[in-house]
Amino acid sequence: MESLGNIIMFFVIVLSIIVFSVLTVTTRRLLRSATYLLFVLFATAALYFKMDYPFLGAVQIAVYAGGIVVLFVFSILLTQHPDDDAESLSKPRKWLGIVAALAGVALSAAALFGYAKFCGRLVPAMDDVTMEKLGRFLLSTEKWGYLLPFEAVSVLLLACIIGGVVIARRR
Amino acid sequence: MNGGLTMNLTLLLYLIPSLIMFGCGVYGFMTRKNMIAIMISLELMLNSIDINFVLFNRYLFPDQMEGMFFTLFAIAIAAAETALALAIIINVFRIAKDVDINKINKLKF
Repeated sequence: MESLGNIIMFFVIVLSIIVFSVLTVTTRRLLRSATYLLFVLFATAALYFKMDYPFLGAVQIAVYAGGIVVLFVFSILLTQHPDDDAESLSKPRKWLGIVAALAGVALSAAALFGYAKFCGRLVPAMDDVTMEKLGRFLLSTEKWGYLLPFEAVSVLLLACIIGGVVIARRR
Repeated sequence: MNGGLTMNLTLLLYLIPSLIMFGCGVYGFMTRKNMIAIMISLELMLNSIDINFVLFNRYLFPDQMEGMFFTLFAIAIAAAETALALAIIINVFRIAKDVDINKINKLKF
């Protein structure tokens, strides 16, 4: 039994995720597609906040909405005229996409509803994920520690910076 | 209290939008011809996977943080991957003057 506000928030988040994801892949204009992607990412951040992971929601907004979508908009504006419509899809290609997507969704939905009892559980109580706890796990080398992936990601980001400069440099 | 409204927000109810988001990503990935649009569809799929990690962490293992860390690293890696892919796409556009995957069929110009 949830409070009414919780249920309303749930429906707002879920409906915006569904509607804007469909619009992202069906709209003909690329710039609109990027804008709808931004709304999907915001709804996802709201979902993280609702799931009591405020740090994750902040990261989602800062990295995805603040960084990636801006990159997308830059490259869309660099590579095409803003008023260009995408060409209409050829029939076989469109049907191939619809069949592949629907088959995947149907298979996963069958699996989900097959485990309906397992999936019907309610959200359990959770201690707050404090920044202290998070930082301790992120930099620990003991069991459940994440120091190695943390360092690996820092090397990956360095490689990404160098690679980006090398690729995009004017020869 | 609120007019007999009894509804439980179960794990299943949260997994359905994530599933639909992934389906949209697959559809866009298979039908779009513009490379940037394909990247946008890829972001949708990655995002739905992130949601699944967080949901299973929150509902099944609330006292652990593995799913949360996986999402954190997935976001970082997705950002790096998108930045590099867009750099490549812009470079291809500079050489081939097009980002349509049907018209870019030569490795060397």
